[in-house]
Amino acid sequence: MEYLIIIIGAIFVNNIVLVQFLGICPFLGVSTKISTATGMSAAVMFVMTLATIVTYLAQTLILDPLHIEFMRTVTFILVIAALVQMVELIMKKVSPPLYQALGVFLPLITTNCAIMGVAILVIKKDFGLAESVVFAIATAIGFAIALIVFAGIREKLDLLDVPEAMKGAPIALITAGLLSLAFMGFSGMV
Amino acid sequence: MSNKLIVSLSPHEKGELSVEKVMWGVVIALMPSFAISVYTFGFDAIKVVLLSVVFCVGIEFLIQKFMLKSETTILDGSAAITGILLAFNVPSNIPWWQLLAGSVVAIGISKMAFGGLGKNPFNPALVGRAFMLASFPVEMTTWPVPFSNIWSPATDAITAATPLGRLAEGGVKALGALTDPPVEAVDYIDIFIGKVGGSLGEISAAAILIGGLYMLYKKIITWHIPVFYLLSLAGFSGLLWIIDPSKYADPLFHLLAGGAMLGAWFMATDLVTSPMSVKGQIIFAVLGGLLCGAIRIYGSYPEGCSYSILIMNAFVPLIDKYSKPKRFGKEVNYG
Repeated sequence: MEYLIIIIGAIFVNNIVLVQFLGICPFLGVSTKISTATGMSAAVMFVMTLATIVTYLAQTLILDPLHIEFMRTVTFILVIAALVQMVELIMKKVSPPLYQALGVFLPLITTNCAIMGVAILVIKKDFGLAESVVFAIATAIGFAIALIVFAGIREKLDLLDVPEAMKGAPIALITAGLLSLAFMGFSGMV
Repeated sequence: MSNKLIVSLSPHEKGELSVEKVMWGVVIALMPSFAISVYTFGFDAIKVVLLSVVFCVGIEFLIQKFMLKSETTILDGSAAITGILLAFNVPSNIPWWQLLAGSVVAIGISKMAFGGLGKNPFNPALVGRAFMLASFPVEMTTWPVPFSNIWSPATDAITAATPLGRLAEGGVKALGALTDPPVEAVDYIDIFIGKVGGSLGEISAAAILIGGLYMLYKKIITWHIPVFYLLSLAGFSGLLWIIDPSKYADPLFHLLAGGAMLGAWFMATDLVTSPMSVKGQIIFAVLGGLLCGAIRIYGSYPEGCSYSILIMNAFVPLIDKYSKPKRFGKEVNYG
């Protein structure tokens, strides 16, 4: 039950993009096609889960015992960036197909605030390791839903003659705003 | 001679249904609800509906004339429908300037910014309502008592809770206290014909049903979306009611109270923002009904209907993409 609340909360009620407004940059940047949006979502899920585990361990095994919690932001940035680069290198060597699928998206999300946000949120919420992993996966699913739905709308908008001044970024931002307005309906559910 | 031969693409024989006919048909279908709201809220109801229609049509006209510099299409009736539906979604004592703000968002941002009728991904009236609920939460949830100030405009009357508002605050036990004097059980007849507090157009399930059946008869809508939406809402709330009747309201109450009827018949069936194929429409309606029930029962808003439809509107392009009917002749199985 506890996990169910974490999952529903992370996917819908506190959707990372549409409610917390983290990770807006890939949300707007990689949402022109459903296929790229799906690839991006998979990459985010992969990195988010991995980064949350590693930063959680860094927090509990290094920062907490040494009482240097104020170093959290700096440490997490370094750890996440190094981790993603390493994963990219290993993946290129070990599993070329997976690298083909996720590779282009990995550098994009190395320094993404959604990844960083989840890593810090699980510390702030005092989650255990298992809860952190569930939270990270659920948040990534929420990100995927927002991104893919948004990509669907944008693919459709591409076929319509939207007014000249509104083409591209303006209408994308308006759509994102309306989507966020719709997601307000989930508020208070958990 | 050349005038007598017309070369054109098929179809050559066209039906009578046009955008205008459909839209004005919907307007006619909305009239019973309007009549009930005037009967219940008096002059205020007429004022709010008229203002809202004038705002919506006016804004569409101004935008088409001066910003898009295109033909004006205000006579097709779609802006008038948005105006009526927006008015149906607000309490009868809403200040006019808030209605104006809602209309600007509904028509200007969620419809004309996308290029006008047929291009908006979200139902304009619902976007207007969601915007107003987020911006003016107090005014949007202060409902005048029915029959209290008929024909005397703009008095600040005492307010009445809506059935769903009671449910959200006090649970099932509070439902009996709806009527005056309070009785033990919910009076379903009252909710059905509309003798309760609420937004303008949502109070009477009966009037909405008449309008809905008229639209079915005129073939403006098909039965799939409203029926599956209401069935799925009833199924979800019914399941919880069977598990614990002392905590959850019964499905009939959920069907009749609040905006479920209005939403299912008039907003979810919006031709622009609902899926194209029947399969897609069923997916859309079932998920929408579930969402509506979930938001009502678990969410912080007492009424989830408008949000459930908005959220499902967002999923329509995906549903359309993955529920395409098979091409004729494809995958023929010659047994």
